[in-house]
Amino acid sequence: MAIIAIGIGGALTLASVVKSLFPPSSLAQNLSARIKSWWWIVMALAVASLAGRIGLVILFAGVSFVALREFSAVAASRPADRRVTAACFFVVLPLQYALVGIGHLVWFAGILPLACLALLPVLTALTGDTQDYLARVSESVLGVAICIYCLSYVPALLTLQAARDGVELPLFLILITQASDVLQYVWGKTLASHLLAPEVSPSKTVEGLIGGIGCATALGAALCWMTPFSTAQAGAIAFLISVAGFFGGFVMSAIKRDRGIKDWSGLLPGHGGILDRVDSLWLSAPLYFYVVRALAVA
Amino acid sequence: MTTGERSLDGKIVESGLIVLTRWLAGGCGRWAGCAPSEAARIYIANHTSHADFPLILGALPARLRNHTSVIAAADYWRAGIARRYVSERAFRTILIGRDHTGRSQFEQMTGALDRGESLILFPEGTRGSGEHLQPFKCGIYHLAHERPEVEIVPVWIENVCRVLPKGALIPAPMECSVTFGEPTHARTRSLSLHAFPKRL
Repeated sequence: MAIIAIGIGGALTLASVVKSLFPPSSLAQNLSARIKSWWWIVMALAVASLAGRIGLVILFAGVSFVALREFSAVAASRPADRRVTAACFFVVLPLQYALVGIGHLVWFAGILPLACLALLPVLTALTGDTQDYLARVSESVLGVAICIYCLSYVPALLTLQAARDGVELPLFLILITQASDVLQYVWGKTLASHLLAPEVSPSKTVEGLIGGIGCATALGAALCWMTPFSTAQAGAIAFLISVAGFFGGFVMSAIKRDRGIKDWSGLLPGHGGILDRVDSLWLSAPLYFYVVRALAVA
Repeated sequence: MTTGERSLDGKIVESGLIVLTRWLAGGCGRWAGCAPSEAARIYIANHTSHADFPLILGALPARLRNHTSVIAAADYWRAGIARRYVSERAFRTILIGRDHTGRSQFEQMTGALDRGESLILFPEGTRGSGEHLQPFKCGIYHLAHERPEVEIVPVWIENVCRVLPKGALIPAPMECSVTFGEPTHARTRSLSLHAFPKRL
C-alpha cells in the first residue's frame, strides 16, 4: 500500500514539474487545474481506502449520487417524473449500496437491477403523462444502470474472496483505468495526428488509443503483485480494463455530443464533472468483477 | 432583516442549507461575463425555486457571502415559523413589500449598497414556471437609477425549476448551472424597463 501511495504521489509531483516547464497557455492552465483536482481525488480515495470496505461503499455512493445528478440534468424528463427521479436517488441508490455493503451478490447484481428495469417503466406510466414516454423511460433506466448499478461494482470487488480483506483489487482497477485515460491523453497530445472518431469525440486519437492501452497493459503486468494473478494474467486483465474503459468513455462522449455539452459539470476544475472522470470506469468495473470472480474460482 | 452579527445557530443553518443545495443541485458558479469582486453589486437572477438563493450564495466565493444580502418578499417570508427563521436568522435578507416599496424599505437597500454590501434580487418578484422570464417589477429600475454607479450583474440559473419547483416538497436532484453575466450599470447605459430582461 505504501508503494502505491508513493507511486501516485511521485507521478503527480512529476506531472507538476513537467507542467511548470510549459510556457503559460490555456493548455498549461488546464493542466494545473487537472493536477490540482487529481490531488483531491487521490486524497478522497486514500481516506476511503483506509476505512476499507465501508469507506469505499460510502465514497462510491457519493460518486454515484453526483454522477446521476449530472446525468439527470441532460436526460429527458417531464415535470410529472420528479417523484420517479427522486426515488432513484433516495431509494434505489442507498439500497444498491447497502446490498453491496452486505455483499449479497444475487440481490445487488440481479434482483434490484431487474426490479428497477421493471418498476421505472411502470412508475413512469403511472404518472399518466405519455409525452416522450419511451425517451423518458429509456434515459432514466440508462442513467440508473450507468451511474448506480455499474459504478457500484467498484466497491463490490471487496465482497469477492479474491479481495482477501485488502483494497488492492479495486485500487488496481481504478489505477489502470485512470492511468489508461491519462496515457491516452498524453500520447494523443504528443503524437496527435489521426482522429479516431471526430464525429463522436474531438480528442480521441488512434495514436493515443494504441499508446495509452499499450502502456496501461505494461503497467498492469508490472503491478501484478496487487492482484492474485500472474504477470501475464494481470497484463491481459489490464488490457481488457483499458479497452472497456475506452468504450465507456466513448459512449459517454456520444451522449455529450448528442446533448451538445462539452463537460458534465464544473465540479472538478480541468476535468469537468464527476462523470467525465468515471466515464471509463462504469464499463470496466463490472467486466473486471466477473473476470476476477471467474479466474479466482478456477 | 439582518442588522449586525448573526447568531451561531443561524450561521449553521445557513451553511447546512447551502451544502444541501449543492448536493441536490450542484451549481458551480460560471463567471462568464465578469470576475468575483468585493465591490458592492446587485445580482439580478431569474427566479423559479426556493433553491435559487442558497444556490447563488453557494456559487459566490465564501468571502463574498458574508456581505451579500437577499431581497425577499416580506409577506411570504414572514409567514410561518420555518420561513421566518430562515429569512430572519439563517440568511442575510432584506424583507420588502412586494408591490409598492415604501421609502424606508427602499432606503434599506440603498443603505446596504452604501455600506459596501451586495444584494441578490429577483426582479420578477415571484417564482415562475421556468419556461419564460416574467415581466420585471419596477423596483430594480428605481434602485439602478438611485445608485447608477453600482454594477448590476445578471445571473442565469438553469435547471433548478426541475429540482424543486414551486409547490414541490421532495427535490429531484439534478445538476444546475449558475452563470454570472456581463455587468451593466445605469450610468453607462440608458436603462429601460424593457431592455433589462433581454440582457439576462
